[in-house]
Amino acid sequence: MKRIVYREWRIQPERYWGLLAILGAVAGIAGLAVLFMEHEGHWVTGMTNEVVWGMPHVFAVFLIVAASGALNVASIGTVFGRTAYKPLGRLSGLLALALLIGGLLVLVLDLGRPERLIVAATTYNFRSIFAWNIYLYTGFVVIVVAYLWALADRKGGPYSKTVGYAAFVWRLLLTMGTGSIFGFIVARQAYDTAILPPMFIIMSFAYGLAVFILVLMFAYDQDKRPLGDVMLGKLKNLLGVFIAAVLLMTLMYHLTKLYGAKNLGVESFILVNGGIYTALFWVGWVLVGCLAPLGIVYHPVLGKDRNWIAAAAAMVILGGFAAVYVIIIGGQSFPLQMFPGSTILASGFHDGVNGVPASYVPSIPEILLGLGGVSVALIITAVGVRVLQFLPESLADPVVDPHLAT
Amino acid sequence: MANAVVRGLLAVAGLAWALGAQPAAAGENFVAPGSKAAGLTSCVEPTDFMRRNHMEVIKHQRHTVVHKGIRDSKHTLAGCIACHVAPGPDQKPVSVYAEGQFCQRCHAYTAVDVNCFGCHATVPTPPAAGTAAAGDLGAGLVQVPDHGVTAGGERP
Amino acid sequence: MTQEHDKVDGGRRSFIGAAAGLTAATVAPGLILHTVEAAPRSEAVTDKVRWGMLIDTAKCADGCSACVDACDKENGLDLQVKPHGASEAMWDRQRAVWIRKVQVQDNLTGRVTNLPMLCQHCERPPCVDVCPTGASFKRADGIVMVDRHTCIGCRYCMMACPYKARSFIHQVVEEKLTATPRGKGCVESCNLCVQRRDNGETSTACADACAAAGHHAILFGDLKDPNGALSKALASAASRQVREDLNLNTGVRYSSL
Repeated sequence: MKRIVYREWRIQPERYWGLLAILGAVAGIAGLAVLFMEHEGHWVTGMTNEVVWGMPHVFAVFLIVAASGALNVASIGTVFGRTAYKPLGRLSGLLALALLIGGLLVLVLDLGRPERLIVAATTYNFRSIFAWNIYLYTGFVVIVVAYLWALADRKGGPYSKTVGYAAFVWRLLLTMGTGSIFGFIVARQAYDTAILPPMFIIMSFAYGLAVFILVLMFAYDQDKRPLGDVMLGKLKNLLGVFIAAVLLMTLMYHLTKLYGAKNLGVESFILVNGGIYTALFWVGWVLVGCLAPLGIVYHPVLGKDRNWIAAAAAMVILGGFAAVYVIIIGGQSFPLQMFPGSTILASGFHDGVNGVPASYVPSIPEILLGLGGVSVALIITAVGVRVLQFLPESLADPVVDPHLAT
Repeated sequence: MANAVVRGLLAVAGLAWALGAQPAAAGENFVAPGSKAAGLTSCVEPTDFMRRNHMEVIKHQRHTVVHKGIRDSKHTLAGCIACHVAPGPDQKPVSVYAEGQFCQRCHAYTAVDVNCFGCHATVPTPPAAGTAAAGDLGAGLVQVPDHGVTAGGERP
Repeated sequence: MTQEHDKVDGGRRSFIGAAAGLTAATVAPGLILHTVEAAPRSEAVTDKVRWGMLIDTAKCADGCSACVDACDKENGLDLQVKPHGASEAMWDRQRAVWIRKVQVQDNLTGRVTNLPMLCQHCERPPCVDVCPTGASFKRADGIVMVDRHTCIGCRYCMMACPYKARSFIHQVVEEKLTATPRGKGCVESCNLCVQRRDNGETSTACADACAAAGHHAILFGDLKDPNGALSKALASAASRQVREDLNLNTGVRYSSL
């Protein structure tokens, strides 16, 4: 294999600053939205006492899940020894950091008392999965920074394998922790299953890789750097495998819930008569997020077309948002089953009277907050690749595949 | 070297003076006229101690109240408010954190912003009838109008 | 007597708890209760008592909201004001509710039951498990409540509560009572009138109101006092926990449900 030369992202300053200006504007508007929500209180959001976690949590969970997935590309190079993936390690680590920071920012800024973050950082209840996650997130940042150093610095070489293994284990734990936030909730029928943590891991593989592919294609296209078909072909095939795995986990999740009468209510809600959630499940999660991109990446013609590969990655991301939305919002919208076998005829607190699910309409400030998190993640990535040597100068076929070089 | 020492000493002296002069510059007293506190010589602890440490004693007490249910301490925020609240022109108690009132004036002077009153009532509110707390807090409350009559009459 | 005691306690007890239980078994329990009552407000609450309730749904009247109104008045929830610009429908889902009336019908038999739903004061509360800062906690005397000083408003406890007992304060609170501080951005729920407990009073606002309305559906008391009215009532008639499958050992029990 040729020696890989990494170079800063050298697009024209106007384009670079233009990109940052757009992203910065979105982040700035999101900041104003946060101030508005904090000043007024959560009544200006669509969140209620039924649907207590809303759009910010959808964005935050997606970004955090995608963050751990984005690190996979580096792990494939380091842990699984696939040399073709090694040049991508640095970008993979940077993207993982950026997405995690963006996601955490959204999560933290949606707190009822964000100014008390210091309390969350100093007072712990170690039975809380949230408290575990605080350690998992900070640990992830530390390990990924060390990993980036090991990958990029001459002196880091000997450590890259060890740190790479640590990062791989840690990212699995992190996604498991995120899945456990929902999986361990015994109260709610859509959650309360041990399949959620592994399902989140598989989802992270797909969503993180989809984000990685899009960022890589955009960065190389803008800088006119060669990105060969071999590299892209490997990535899109891998995406196909991950999507198929997501589909399998989705099937298992619903089969688990469908077997036995206990959860028939919530299953018919998500799969059959849940309105927007049923639509988002079938059209968003399954069709757009899995079946369509699966068809594209393995299609003999479309699977070789860059535009279609990019479209498939974008579809996986859209489907991912739909999936997280169905899990988080749909899972809360289905009323708590306090009296199984009975129907609630009247209630002073909206306990799903006559089985009617809780309504949730996201407000504009909430959506802006989520988009702000995405912007921050992209700003970190853009600045990172601009000022430091994250991107290989060439990912042309001979560079990636030594057999083609000779 | 010598210059540095002199400069350092001057700075320390200046700081000490600034700190010492604080209450004097404030005209010694922020206690609202007409409040129960206005008629007392000192708070539950010596005035100097309370000026510097009231937040510490309340913070300690808040944990013992919420987690242990110990409510007989003389250091209570409810007690501060019952004693320091003053009546307005209409004889109704005015929020201790309203412009010019006890808590607000001193905190504005020292540039401190607290969020106690995001949750805590800034005027004594009557507890529901029949609760024993009516005795304690009610005492403060009942006295407010009494003081109010005299204080209101004295006001220009 | 000891058996009785253990049945209520559920058997998950620390060493100190066990020691206290032994003491309770050897020394006359009435004596211990006496010391608890003799020094209200001045001593730390202990696990020698566990506050709880028995709600007789057969006595809970259709259309009566005495308990809800009394709770609102006791804790200043009646002072809540719809934020300017909020829609009625949204506000109805965002205002805080500590206790509510629920009417349930059995799908097969058609039997209709009325009951008040509130925090069930679990022995093993999921809300306490999930709280990252420990703001959601259980007092020694079994009351599950929120320390608003450390609550960061993450709402994880609301996700975890099987009874939808908790409310998030969605707006700035202008009017509140001295005895019940409450403000924007924190979660809150029924605390069994904790201010009354610390004062050594005998009942809760909802139980008093229910009795005053002539229904006597709510019986409040000490689950660990074998001679108390609550323990006797629980021992004599069938009662159940809501979602007993979760094995939370709730402090609030229902009969005729």
